[in-house]
Amino acid sequence: MQDTSANDAAHWKRTTNLMLTHLGIWFFFGYVIHMFVVPLNKITIPILGFPLGFYMAAQGSLAAFVIMLFVFAKQQDRIDREHGVAED
Amino acid sequence: MATQTSGSQDFISNLGRIYAVYTGGFLGFVILLAILEQVGVPNRVIGYLFVFFTLAVYAIIGVMSRTMQISEYYVAGRSVPAFYNGMATGADWMSAASFVGMAGTLFLLGYDGLAWVLGWTGGYVLVSILVGPYLRKFGAYTVPDFMAFRFGGNFARFLAVIVLVCCSFTYVTAQIYGTGIIASRFLGMPFEVAVFVGLAGILLCSMLGGMRAVTWTQVAQYIVLIIAYLVPIVILSTQKYGIPIPQLTYGAAIQDITAREGAMLAQNLASTAALKPHTAPFFTYSPLNFFGIIFCMMVGTASLPHILMRYFTTPSVREARQSVAWSLLFIFLLYFSAPAYAAFSKLEVYTNVIGRDLDAIRPWLFQWGQLGLIKICGKDAIDPATIAAACKAIAGHPGVVRLQDFVINTDVIVLSTPEIAGLPYVISGLVAAGGLAAALSTADGLLLAIANALSHDIYYKMIDPNAPTARRLVVARVLLIVVAVFAAYLASTKPGDILAMVGWAFSLAMAGNFPALVMGIWWKRTTTAGAVAGIIAGFGLCVFYLVTTRYYPQAGVSYFGMTALTNPTTGAPLVNVAQVMADAKWLADVPASAANPLASKVGWFDLNNINCGLLGMPLGFLVMIVVSLLGKEPSREMQALIDEIRKPRGRTILEEKT
Repeated sequence: MQDTSANDAAHWKRTTNLMLTHLGIWFFFGYVIHMFVVPLNKITIPILGFPLGFYMAAQGSLAAFVIMLFVFAKQQDRIDREHGVAED
Repeated sequence: MATQTSGSQDFISNLGRIYAVYTGGFLGFVILLAILEQVGVPNRVIGYLFVFFTLAVYAIIGVMSRTMQISEYYVAGRSVPAFYNGMATGADWMSAASFVGMAGTLFLLGYDGLAWVLGWTGGYVLVSILVGPYLRKFGAYTVPDFMAFRFGGNFARFLAVIVLVCCSFTYVTAQIYGTGIIASRFLGMPFEVAVFVGLAGILLCSMLGGMRAVTWTQVAQYIVLIIAYLVPIVILSTQKYGIPIPQLTYGAAIQDITAREGAMLAQNLASTAALKPHTAPFFTYSPLNFFGIIFCMMVGTASLPHILMRYFTTPSVREARQSVAWSLLFIFLLYFSAPAYAAFSKLEVYTNVIGRDLDAIRPWLFQWGQLGLIKICGKDAIDPATIAAACKAIAGHPGVVRLQDFVINTDVIVLSTPEIAGLPYVISGLVAAGGLAAALSTADGLLLAIANALSHDIYYKMIDPNAPTARRLVVARVLLIVVAVFAAYLASTKPGDILAMVGWAFSLAMAGNFPALVMGIWWKRTTTAGAVAGIIAGFGLCVFYLVTTRYYPQAGVSYFGMTALTNPTTGAPLVNVAQVMADAKWLADVPASAANPLASKVGWFDLNNINCGLLGMPLGFLVMIVVSLLGKEPSREMQALIDEIRKPRGRTILEEKT
């Protein structure tokens, strides 16, 4: 392993970037998409019959959060491993 | 790390089998009761069997998990696998309000109610990426532990304990109240007795085993509550649409509701003031308050100590992250079903109650009317004759139920679904058991958070740092009982205010904890002075806004420039402030009673007081940054320790003697 402090800094930089990426997606699904509820409600999901704006707040965003969290756990673990700071 | 006995390791490796047998046993028990009902055992007996059998099982788990080890008592020996910690967090999180009340809120508010669904799920993203795993690496027993370590000792610890008690105590009182309501409704016990039965259940689960016992009972309670929540609605969906996935089929119900809304307006069955279109936004909350609620509930989630401490129990940082994902998945299962309950109930009410002749109303409704939970034409809907008389007394009443005549308590939506679907009583009993599990599990977690802060942070860390293990555990248990009995006593007095304050807990936690937690981990430059000033400023502003708008609205108007909140659809003020201020009767009403027309109806920026975190948190961040930059940067050792918190590998920072 090279210089520990340089490695730590690189690890934290990637961790921070991952955090900001997920915070951005969180902001999109938590807020941005619901600002467009009125136009989105004009679209009806085929077969199921939900207005899209309502559906996103009732299920769509929730499912996105769940998926995000599983993906985040994997990505952060990969970053930890690549920098040799993961637990054994 | 934590010492473990070989017995508990056997237990951990057999978890899958143990809980599979438990789930099978529970389903068998439900089937047995269904058979008993068919052979004529009275409903009352079925209800009692449900409640006492499930309480007995939780108590047995609680007693079997008793421990005399500190790390087992406070953090379950840090040995709970991610998957099971997820279930326990789910039960910890979903309260009586989520189980019984949320579907009702969605029924009444339609789209605007989804702010709560979004707010109470999205916060887990923040838990995982900003806070939880780092606290796990740090190795705290309580949230104040971290504050004390990072921000220079016991003053920060004390502030954190104040924030913790403020946001957890009202919340736990509401949960004990919830157990009382459910037990009294289904068992016919007097409410005050039911509260103390609930208290006994809570204490048996948590007292002997602390976190370890609470964890394993919460897993058991999650299984009961999710089965109980899904069974009635799955059956209803199958009956109506032939597909047992209500979360997909309620789209059709929503289309029917929308069509029916138009028809009701056209036939003069609903006034535009009474009808809130189910899928259209911003009829109850203005956009600011709608997004404010989402934001405060989310950030509050990531600041509530009883949730954060669940992630102290996993074996590793990696599992803490995975565990947050499992938690949200298990919570999602309930929250994405709640709108289906709301839609099916609404369709039933809109088609089979509204517009019907007064004597053609379906009988399920009168049962709830007799409990005072459904009113028609201003009178409890006890029987057809009563409501017919009440409606006749209204001038120009058309003789059919109009939307504005119909008032329903939000609790009825979930509780009445089995009857609407025409299911046997055993399903109603199952729903009661589920509601009870939801209330008990949340109460356990909150109670433990409060008692641990008092015993670990106040007693051990501040009063007697040399206390031997045995005495610490005795003190922890005594405090647990004291807090529980006090909360139960308060709940038995039915304090309307405290119950309304539960939403406030999120804003208080957000203003008091979030900036210090996040900055403590993510910005090394945060100093002790900065954090302390930030907590006081943020939390202080939030409390000030709450107390002023709720209890001293006249002072708010006179001295702090507050104005009336407005109706989001018309833009008109909710109250005529000048008129109330001229009325001697209300000016003398200090602190303001709930009846005071100004209470919670004034504020700054048209901001509802439940969103006070929206004022407090930014101020907290700002003060924290400014004061930190004015002072000297934290010591080199402290900065090195923060580096350690950021890396999963290695020992926890805080090592406790066990």
